[in-house]
Amino acid sequence: MACTVATALIIVITTLIVTRLLYVLHRTGKPLKPRSSKGSAPQQPLSTLIVLGSGGHTAEIINLLSVLQKDRFTPRFYIAAATDNMSLQKARLLEETSSSQFMQIYRSREVGQSYITSVWTTLIALAHGFWLMLRIRPQVILCNGPGTCVPLCVIAFLFKIVGIRWSSVFYVESIARVQRLSLSGLLLYKLHIADQFFVQWPQLQRKYPRAHYVGCLM
Amino acid sequence: MGDTEATVKSKKTVFVTVGTTSFDALIRAVDTQEVKAELLRRGYTQLLIQMGRGSYIPTKSEGGDETLAVDCFTFSSSIADHLRAASLVISHAGSGSIFETLRHGKPLIVVVNEDLMDNHQSELAEELADRKHLYCARPQTLHRVIADMNLDSLIPYHPGDATPVAKLVSRFLGFADD
Repeated sequence: MACTVATALIIVITTLIVTRLLYVLHRTGKPLKPRSSKGSAPQQPLSTLIVLGSGGHTAEIINLLSVLQKDRFTPRFYIAAATDNMSLQKARLLEETSSSQFMQIYRSREVGQSYITSVWTTLIALAHGFWLMLRIRPQVILCNGPGTCVPLCVIAFLFKIVGIRWSSVFYVESIARVQRLSLSGLLLYKLHIADQFFVQWPQLQRKYPRAHYVGCLM
Repeated sequence: MGDTEATVKSKKTVFVTVGTTSFDALIRAVDTQEVKAELLRRGYTQLLIQMGRGSYIPTKSEGGDETLAVDCFTFSSSIADHLRAASLVISHAGSGSIFETLRHGKPLIVVVNEDLMDNHQSELAEELADRKHLYCARPQTLHRVIADMNLDSLIPYHPGDATPVAKLVSRFLGFADD
């Protein structure tokens, strides 16, 4: 008897999770409903997480930030890899307001690190990412690789399924990718984690039809 | 291209940059007699090399009759000044260096580092070369590219902008178009 109840319970829970997963996948990539109509209350700003890559990646996303309407994307949170000191400095130059926050995240693997120790560091990086995401719970995530953004986007996806926060994920593939997506880009595209996926060269859009071709950011 | 040449009279500088990488194969290539001879033949007088984390140190030279003046350094905070002063830039394939040089409107030869494991960087250099914004070379073909290049046929690069992305993001989130 207890056995049947347990089985039934497992089936019910699994069905619920799968249904929720399918719903989230169905909703991902669909535009949100228009925010407030003309004349009524002002449009509510959205809390925004900006994941800074490094070097050229950071330069590209800063170009994007310079044309975004800042009052719509407030407050803003910046995350960069703990080993990357330049990117946050560049973001600080862009931000005059004190409402923006700057954070660093542990990297799962440094260049040249052994695979055995990287299991441990990956776990730490994930836990750290989870903690940061719980604190920020962004409504919007802007990222453009490399690897740092992937765990954060996966955690955001889990938050969607559990119902902690619905965040819209935007990924801009780097201008350096002309023929093939980066590993980060490929993962976020194939797993349907990015709501909107942008590429800077037409060749890529032909290979990945769900992507939007937006021309060069640089 | 470049208006600073007039003030430094007959000086024509080639600026070589590898950014924060180490790219000894490129430094070795520009330090060869055949590349230097080709640069001299094309009217360049100075060779300034930013060698980054590389360990190969090129032979410096004061220059003078029929030889290039060669100087080098590891890093500098004033790369932009060197780019402005250059008549030709030879760069590694990093997107930062490429677009900074193109923004300065300088003729550019990008040399692809074939020793990199994930060599996706050649994609960008080759695409921009196909579009005639720059020349693309390998360390071993650099002298030939210098010999054959026609700088007048290069097409100036117009910097892109992120407005289309910003529009799509805003629209997706339900903000009204402006």
